[in-house]
Amino acid sequence: MILALVEQAGGSPDRLSLEMLALVRRLAEVAGAAGGPVHAVLFGDEARTAAAGLAAHGVATASVVEHERLDDYAPEAWAASLLQLMAARSPTIVVAAGSERGNEVMAHVAARAGLPLAANCTDVRPGDRLGITRQRWAGSLLEDAWLDGPAWLVTVAPHAVATEETVAAGATTIERFTPALSENDLRVRVDGRVEADPDRVSLTDARVVVGGGRGVGGAEGFADLEELARLLGGAVGVSRAVTSAGWRPHAEQIGQTGLRIAPDLYIACGISGAIQHIVGCKAAKQILAINTDPEAPIMEKATYAVIGDLRDIVPAISAEIRRTRGA
Amino acid sequence: MAALPDRARVVVIGAGIVGNSMAYHLARLGWRDIVLLDKGPLPNPGGSTGHASNFIFLTDHSKEMTEFTADSVRQYQELGVFTQSGGIEVARTAARMEELKRRLASSKSWGIESELVTPAQVRAMVPYIEASVILGGFSTPGVGVVDSLRAGTLMREAAQARGALTISAQTEITGIDVRDGRVRSVRTDRGDIEAETVVICCGVWSPRIARMAGASIPLTPAVHQMISVGPVPLFADTVGEIRYPIVRDMDTNMYERQHGGDLEVGSYAHRPILMEADAIPSIAESALSPTELPFTKEDFDLQMEQALELVPDILGDERVGIRHAINGLLALTPDGNPILGETPEVRGLWSAAAIWIKEAPGIARTIAEWMTDGAPEIDPHGSDIARFYDHHRTPTHIRARAAEGFNKTYGIVHPMEQWASNRNVRLTPMHGRERELGAVFFEAAGWERPMWYASNEPLLAEYGERVSRRDAEWEARWWSPIISAEHLAMRDKVGMVDLTAFAIFDVSGPGALGYLQGLVVSQMDVPVGRVVYTPLLNKAGGIVADLTIMRLGRDLFRVVTGGGMGMRDKKWFSDHLPADGSAQLLDATSAWTTVGVWGPRARDLVASVTADDVSNAGFPFGTCRSIDLGPVRALASRISYVGELGWEIYAPMEEGARLWDLLWEAGQVFGVVPVGIGVYATTGRLEKGYRAHGNELELEYDLVEAGMARPTVKEQDFVGRAAYLEQRSRPPAAILCTLTVDDHTSSSGVERYMLGREPIVTPDGRPLVDAKGRRSYVTSAGAGPSVGRHLLMAYLPPEQAVVGTKLAVEYFAELYPVTVAVAGATPLFDPRNARIRS
Amino acid sequence: MPVEVLVCVKRVPATGGRIVLTADEQEIDTKYLGFTVSPHEECAVEETVRIVEAHGGSSTVLTLGPAAAEEQLRDAMAVGVDRAILLETDGREWSPIATAEAIVGAVRAREAAGAGFDLLLFGNEAADTGDFQVGIRVAVALDLPCVTGVKALEVRDGTAVAKREADGGWEVFEVPLPAVVTVKEGINLPRYPSVPGRLRARKKEIERGVPEWRPAGPEKVRLRLPEEQGSAVEILGTGPADAPRVVEVLRQLGVLAP
Repeated sequence: MILALVEQAGGSPDRLSLEMLALVRRLAEVAGAAGGPVHAVLFGDEARTAAAGLAAHGVATASVVEHERLDDYAPEAWAASLLQLMAARSPTIVVAAGSERGNEVMAHVAARAGLPLAANCTDVRPGDRLGITRQRWAGSLLEDAWLDGPAWLVTVAPHAVATEETVAAGATTIERFTPALSENDLRVRVDGRVEADPDRVSLTDARVVVGGGRGVGGAEGFADLEELARLLGGAVGVSRAVTSAGWRPHAEQIGQTGLRIAPDLYIACGISGAIQHIVGCKAAKQILAINTDPEAPIMEKATYAVIGDLRDIVPAISAEIRRTRGA
Repeated sequence: MAALPDRARVVVIGAGIVGNSMAYHLARLGWRDIVLLDKGPLPNPGGSTGHASNFIFLTDHSKEMTEFTADSVRQYQELGVFTQSGGIEVARTAARMEELKRRLASSKSWGIESELVTPAQVRAMVPYIEASVILGGFSTPGVGVVDSLRAGTLMREAAQARGALTISAQTEITGIDVRDGRVRSVRTDRGDIEAETVVICCGVWSPRIARMAGASIPLTPAVHQMISVGPVPLFADTVGEIRYPIVRDMDTNMYERQHGGDLEVGSYAHRPILMEADAIPSIAESALSPTELPFTKEDFDLQMEQALELVPDILGDERVGIRHAINGLLALTPDGNPILGETPEVRGLWSAAAIWIKEAPGIARTIAEWMTDGAPEIDPHGSDIARFYDHHRTPTHIRARAAEGFNKTYGIVHPMEQWASNRNVRLTPMHGRERELGAVFFEAAGWERPMWYASNEPLLAEYGERVSRRDAEWEARWWSPIISAEHLAMRDKVGMVDLTAFAIFDVSGPGALGYLQGLVVSQMDVPVGRVVYTPLLNKAGGIVADLTIMRLGRDLFRVVTGGGMGMRDKKWFSDHLPADGSAQLLDATSAWTTVGVWGPRARDLVASVTADDVSNAGFPFGTCRSIDLGPVRALASRISYVGELGWEIYAPMEEGARLWDLLWEAGQVFGVVPVGIGVYATTGRLEKGYRAHGNELELEYDLVEAGMARPTVKEQDFVGRAAYLEQRSRPPAAILCTLTVDDHTSSSGVERYMLGREPIVTPDGRPLVDAKGRRSYVTSAGAGPSVGRHLLMAYLPPEQAVVGTKLAVEYFAELYPVTVAVAGATPLFDPRNARIRS
Repeated sequence: MPVEVLVCVKRVPATGGRIVLTADEQEIDTKYLGFTVSPHEECAVEETVRIVEAHGGSSTVLTLGPAAAEEQLRDAMAVGVDRAILLETDGREWSPIATAEAIVGAVRAREAAGAGFDLLLFGNEAADTGDFQVGIRVAVALDLPCVTGVKALEVRDGTAVAKREADGGWEVFEVPLPAVVTVKEGINLPRYPSVPGRLRARKKEIERGVPEWRPAGPEKVRLRLPEEQGSAVEILGTGPADAPRVVEVLRQLGVLAP
């Protein structure tokens, strides 16, 4: 069987977890020891609600982990829970999304179990050994490798697989699981939170991201990008050049050492398209590049382009949107 | 992107500063249908222009390079991309301080405003310099920085505004088609372009592009290291790029220059790091750009310590960080000069390579003029691609000399300094004998030539006081008093000079006479057996070459020229050959060895080994013919470059050693001495007032000024005739004179002897400028042992070009009195040429 | 209270252009490349220096890598790390399991010598292999608390308060020292080395050890470049006058709420 850690928030499974399930359900259809049914593991409030909807993602059964002291994220406690479920169910594969939490929890599982972990896989091929393809250099490079062990531990690279929803044959069977947790399992946990500005559109969730690069020219130049993002209900993201120059906070950085995004539309303004940036935005469905240089590398990734100075063009687009809306 | 035309008047490959300047100047001179290609994006295609430090120091010991640079600065100023900052070369050692004085002299010779400054003055101008580590500086107010990418853009735009230029970036050259020795088309990944003229402006990639056409551009990419540190608190309120003068720390081979809030520190001190043109990464593979390679820290460690000594206030500040560091690629050539002009291998294929930001627009203008009518204003002979022999084009030679030359970038290079690497490439048949005689070999065109012979040391005692002395180490370097002893012995008895380094071309065919008549100044329709000395001019009347031509038959002529300019002269002759094939040129350089036998006993010596008539009547001056010397049948030519009776004797190369031995043994009774090139090229010729190409004879002077105008001009048309007639019709703007130094005593009491290129000034030190704006400087200098004076040649304005005029020469920042001894070509020694004709 | 900080870095090629592989597809061809550490690790080094500057104590940088990785150790010392440990390899790639074991061995040897660490900093992941696990494996082996992905860190009175970004806000962790923290770029803006710093670093001794390589999965078969899906770009315009065309496309794409 396959044990899959599914992250959820507010009763909805996380997008990266659904991508992970899309890859995993292919395995589930493989006959033999490598395949088998998918058993999901979920943590947190409303985990049950989230689990209920997983049948459409190929999940047959699910464990909802509940523990009186497990009120918020605690990586080692999650890992301990997974290890106990592994002991109980002997999965051939244990898998999570290549999210921050997924990679963290799985690394703890791997460390405690003394097993290798293949992080950020884009493909898995079961057999006597597990053939994997995983990302290196944040996806600029792929590695084909073999994974061994009594259980194959894997995380799935963000946006490498599209989510897949089908009409479920039945409902997911949900059971409660209460792990035995030690003090040490709980020594690292979220002790407090600073909540996001509720009016701000999350970069990872935004359908439209307006990206700004060195070509924006300075911190003040981002006002126009913010305005366009606001009109489109989107968020502003930036390249590394921008955060290095101190024009924008690092939280907005897209790329190898920042966020991976997969919006419907990425509007790349004054971004030349270095590979380190591209790996963070290439999952966008469409890219519109606004750049003075028609030969910039971003043009090879873009579906649409406007050749010219973003400082003229972006305000003009905003004005046109306002005009058409006003009409 | 503009569509690529399928036909062009000229294709310029490479859109760095050189290619952009080329396109601009060609358009300015009326060229149309120019196509400019680059494999990279614009405005920075990824070549060396993109990472250049972009500063311009004006003074070089080479006049040609200084002229290119000064012209470039004028152009940059016109484009509005030049920021004057001033620049100071600082000295940490006494030897360097002397070199700075020499640079001051070069500045004055070439018309650059400069002065020597004290450490305190340096500190006042550049407050972050630690004055205690320097002895002084050489300050040039006109130094500055340029925005070379912006300059390129403006030049492209100007060419486009004339409707002359099509630009295609990200277009890679895949081939160059050559047919019948001429370039026909350029192939690219975006289509082919037919063009009969192509200019390679590809910097470090030039060899690769030239090879596609079967031509060679002998340069090697090499690394120059640079770091940029900041933010520098002192620069915080600088508006613009630069406020403080650029400092060159000459003794450590480094420079420090402000760049906005940062200080750039660059080095030519590290080990030479050479690359192959094929080993440069592609644009796609490069982390930064193809010419910005990863910084190798360990190579820079020592430089950092040395820079810290000079700039402790900035570099010692813990808050100032190393923000950028690269190994930048630049192009090095075997002799350090650029590589310019049409390739000898392929007609219509031009090279504009190994050019720095500081000289690029000036060089581009020169090449554009050269391409347009063959008459550039600045004489580019020192950079002419045709200067190379085949052995110069081998990777062994290029790499050896580039590596050796790299650390000379800021070096103190003596004008006679010899290369240490890749020697003994061209050896004459007499080389072994010469070695036995203790010859000290200097290299010319790859040939090993004896400069003087240690075996002649006993002559020093014999000639005693008449032998030139040099007390100062600088002048005594690469020199020996034996040279003047050999000179005196030759004038007394007879000397043997190995002249195998001559370049020799046979011109033959029914059209040979007509062809030569149309090419050279002197009358070539002379009897067989006559030797003709002649200059060659370009269309504008500039002096291209001077050489001798022997008429060996009705349809056979032999051209003999100096080895140094041999290949350049060969290209000039070849380029003008008649299209109908009625005359051919054969390079016979490797077939003939030459021995000069000169002196009052020369006839006695030659007569003792031949039965042929060598009497004055039987073998007069200015004639040549075959004679038998023992078992050697040789061609003897009765001329002399040292002003003595005697012959140049040409023998088959493989018989050279026998010829030498024969003359040597027979000469013993006549007191024969082996004589080196020190006499032949300097002392002998200076006493006789003979002009040398590259010294006195250049495009920038004419025959009238050089005192070489003959009473009449031949009827037949020849290249430059109209200009020559025009030159003759008006008084010259300058006259070539021979001057004597009246007092050699320096302020410290040491006698000093000029070596050449020093400014000739008024007795109170003011420069002399002729009506054409040319300054007077020493074109050649050397001892005149037979006249007992140190001799200088210089072009002087007519007012000063009067025998007896008192002037001065500036040498190591001191003035020495000189007197005009000869105005014009009259020899100082044996003015009636009695010896030659005896 | 003084803090003893260990920071672990990994020498990786400084890629920037197109990655080229060696003929055997086992490695990146580094012929044209310099070497560096990941941006996360640069920040970890900077954080290390700042913590010691603020609290006293001392800092140590460690790497497991070939002899040439000395360069990365000196880079760290050039910006203020006090000393360095090189666990020298023959250049082969080490698995996360083996790497963690080697680091744990070095840390334990230090502890045994009475010179243990209060804080072990790592980059969130190595730039090249992106395994996301060496720091955690070291923490588990040493039985230390571990916070990953940290973009704000405060050390006080024997505890570390670490924050990481979550959905536009922050998650806050408070753990007792000693602890392991893996940091992400953005936690600070690393300083550049000064010239005196570079010169000091040049002369410092480096402590060396030679751990033994052992195989531990995953077993690399080969590296390959992802297939490039180049797109045919449609030029919508060349200036502000073309804004209507752009807006029309936005509408077609359905990203323009009516």
